Amino acid sequence: MIVAGVDVGSTQTKAVLLDLSRRILGRGITATGANVVQAAERAFRQACQQAGIEEFDTAYTVGTGYGRYKVPFGDAQVTEISCHARGACFLFPDTRTILDIGGQDTKAIKVRGGEVADFAMNDKCAAGTGRFLEAAAEVLGVPLDDIGAVSLRAAKPLRITNVCTVFVESEIMSQLARGRRVEEILRGVHHSIAARSVALLRRVGIEPELTFTGGVSRNTGMVAALEERLGLRVNVSADSQFMGAVGAALFALERAEHQAPRSREMSR
Amino acid sequence: MGETYQHQGLGRNLQKQLLGAWYERIARAPETGTKLAYTFVPGNVAELLRVFGFELVFPEINALQSGIKKTSDRLISIAEDCGYSSDVCGYVKTDVGMVVSGGCGPVGLPLPKPDLLLCSFTGCTTFIKWFEALAELHGVPLVMLDVPYIREGESIGPADRAYVVRQLEELIPVCETVTGVRFDPDRLREIVKLSAEAEDLWVDILLSARRRPSPLDAYFEAVFFMAPIYALRGLPECVDYYRFARLEIEERLAHGLGPGPEERLRVVFVGPPPWPHFRAFWELFKKWGVVSVASSYSKVGGFWDEGFRHDPGHPLESIADYCMLCYTNQHLGMRADLLRRYVRRFEADAVVIHSVKSCRSFSMGQADLREAFIKEDGLPTLLVESDLVDPRYFQEAQLRNRIDAFFESLEHRRIVGAAAGPA
Repeated sequence: MIVAGVDVGSTQTKAVLLDLSRRILGRGITATGANVVQAAERAFRQACQQAGIEEFDTAYTVGTGYGRYKVPFGDAQVTEISCHARGACFLFPDTRTILDIGGQDTKAIKVRGGEVADFAMNDKCAAGTGRFLEAAAEVLGVPLDDIGAVSLRAAKPLRITNVCTVFVESEIMSQLARGRRVEEILRGVHHSIAARSVALLRRVGIEPELTFTGGVSRNTGMVAALEERLGLRVNVSADSQFMGAVGAALFALERAEHQAPRSREMSR
Repeated sequence: MGETYQHQGLGRNLQKQLLGAWYERIARAPETGTKLAYTFVPGNVAELLRVFGFELVFPEINALQSGIKKTSDRLISIAEDCGYSSDVCGYVKTDVGMVVSGGCGPVGLPLPKPDLLLCSFTGCTTFIKWFEALAELHGVPLVMLDVPYIREGESIGPADRAYVVRQLEELIPVCETVTGVRFDPDRLREIVKLSAEAEDLWVDILLSARRRPSPLDAYFEAVFFMAPIYALRGLPECVDYYRFARLEIEERLAHGLGPGPEERLRVVFVGPPPWPHFRAFWELFKKWGVVSVASSYSKVGGFWDEGFRHDPGHPLESIADYCMLCYTNQHLGMRADLLRRYVRRFEADAVVIHSVKSCRSFSMGQADLREAFIKEDGLPTLLVESDLVDPRYFQEAQLRNRIDAFFESLEHRRIVGAAAGPA
C-alpha cells in the first residue's frame, strides 16, 4: 500500500509518498502560486514520477497546510501543526520541541509521547518568517539559497531589531548607507529572526531535543544562529522542508490501516 | 426524527422581539417624555435607575449590535477620522462613530441623547474615558460611581459596601432632579424583587449545562439568552422572558437535545465573541462537536450562578455587592479560580480563550491564564485572538488553523487514550 501527504504551504507545496514500511518513495515540490489546486496536483504528480508509480496507486491522501481543503484528491485534512509534530518525531524520535519556520508562519510546538501537547504561532504578522528572509535576499541581490552561507562569512552579527517584512527594504538600505557589509547585515538578519523564534519557543518551553523544520531549516546560517542563541544543537534533516508532508503521509498511513479502502480502490 | 417541538427557538425569537421593542422605546423617548440614562452593563445599578422611570441605554450593547449588523467597521473608521487611535477599544469607537454620524442606533432607529450619564467603574478604566467623551459630545452631566476593585484573597468588606451604598444615596437626588420623580423605597424593593426572580430562572438555565449532552451552548447561545437580564433586568417582561426561555431548555433536557447534532467536547469559553463574524466563528467550533458548558462572557454583567441575588430586604446593599462582584472587577487570580471551578463543575475537557485585541479589561493576563492552566492544571487551553467589533482583526484562515490543530490533537489524544485502554 502506498499513501500520500500533500502540504500546501503559503509559498511552496510539497508532496511525499510512503509505503507500508514507512519508507519515503518519492517527493515533489512546487511553488504554490495562485492556483492552489494545480499546485497540489503538480507536487503529487512529481512525487509519483519519482517513485515510479501511477497516481491511482495511492490508497489514501492527507492534505495539510493552509490549502489543505483544496487538495482535490485528499481523503482527509490534518493541520500542519500535527503533521510537523508527527514528521519530526518520525525522523528524530527523541524530539520534544519543534520549531517550524515557513513562508509566512513560525510555529513552536511541544510534543509529549509523539503527540502535540502545546503550540504557539506568530500572530497576524509575517515579521521574522521565511518571507522576511526572502525580502532581505531580494534587497541585497543575493540568491535565497545562498544567504545562509553568505551570512556565516561575517565575524559577528550586526544588531538588527526591525524584522518587519514590510519595512525590510528601508531597514537594509539604511544599514548599507552606513557602510555595513552584506554578510554582516545578513548575519544580523538571521540572528534577529533566531531571537524572535526563541521567544516564541519559550512560550511552549524549550526542551531538548529540538527539531527545526520548514523551508527555512535548509538555511545553514539560520541553523547556526539558532544553535548559538539556544546553546544547544538542533536536529535538521535534508527532508526538513518536507516534514509537514511526511507527517501528513504518516497520518494517511494510520488512517488507511484503520479505515475501509476508498471506493475507487474497491472498484479496481 | 421528524419530531416537532413546542418551545424550540423561543429563547432567541423572544429575545429579538423584546430588544426590538426596547430600541423603539428608546427612539420614542423624546416624544413620550421618558428620560434616558446611559450606563454600562457590568455591575450596573439598573434597579435604582428604574425607580425614577429612566429607560436604560447601554453603549456596549449598541456597539455589539452594530457588530452583528456589520456596520461597526464604518463607525470605527468615522471615530478614527476624529482622531481615535487604532488601539482604542472597538466598542468605544463604534459608539463614538454612532454619535458623531448623527445618532442613528444599531437597529436603524434614532438614538436620542442621554439625560444622565452614569459611569460605573468596574475594573475597566476605558469606561471612564468613554463616558468623559460622551459627556463632551452630548453636553450632559456625568456621574461617576467609584467601585472598589476586589483583589485576590479579599472578599467584599463592610467598608467597601458602605462606600458604594453612600454613593448610591448621593445618586438619588441627582436622579430626582433629572427626572422630577421622587425616590420611592417600596418601588425599589419591588424592582429588586423582579430582578431576583429573573436571576433565579437564568441560573436554572445556566446550570442545565452540567448535563450530558448539555442542552445549551453556554457561550454561543447564552450570549443571546443573556441579553434580557442585562438590558431589561428589573422589568416584569424580563421575568416572563426567562420563564419562556427555561421552557425551551426543559424541552431540550426532556428530549436529550443539545445545541448541535452531537457533543464531542465540552469547553469553558473565556472572552467576548467577534460579533461581526459570530456565525463563522461558531462554525469553526461546531465542526469539532464542541459545546461550551460555561463561559465568563455570559456573566459579564454579574455572577448569579455563584450564589449572588439582588435582595429586596437589602436593596441598596445588594446593588452595591452586584457592582463589586462583576468579572472585570475581580483580580486575575480570582478569575482563574472561577474558570477552574467551571471546568470541574461542568466537566469540561478544555478551556478556549478568545482574546480581544482592543479590550484590555477582559484580555489582560489571558496569556498567563493559559500558561497556568496548561502547566499547573494539565488543562488543555487554546488562546486565539481577534476583536469584538473590529473586523480588521479577524483572520479566518489563521483562526481555523489554531482551532483545528487544538481540537485535532485533543481528539487524537482521546482516540489514542481509548485505544491504549482495555479493548
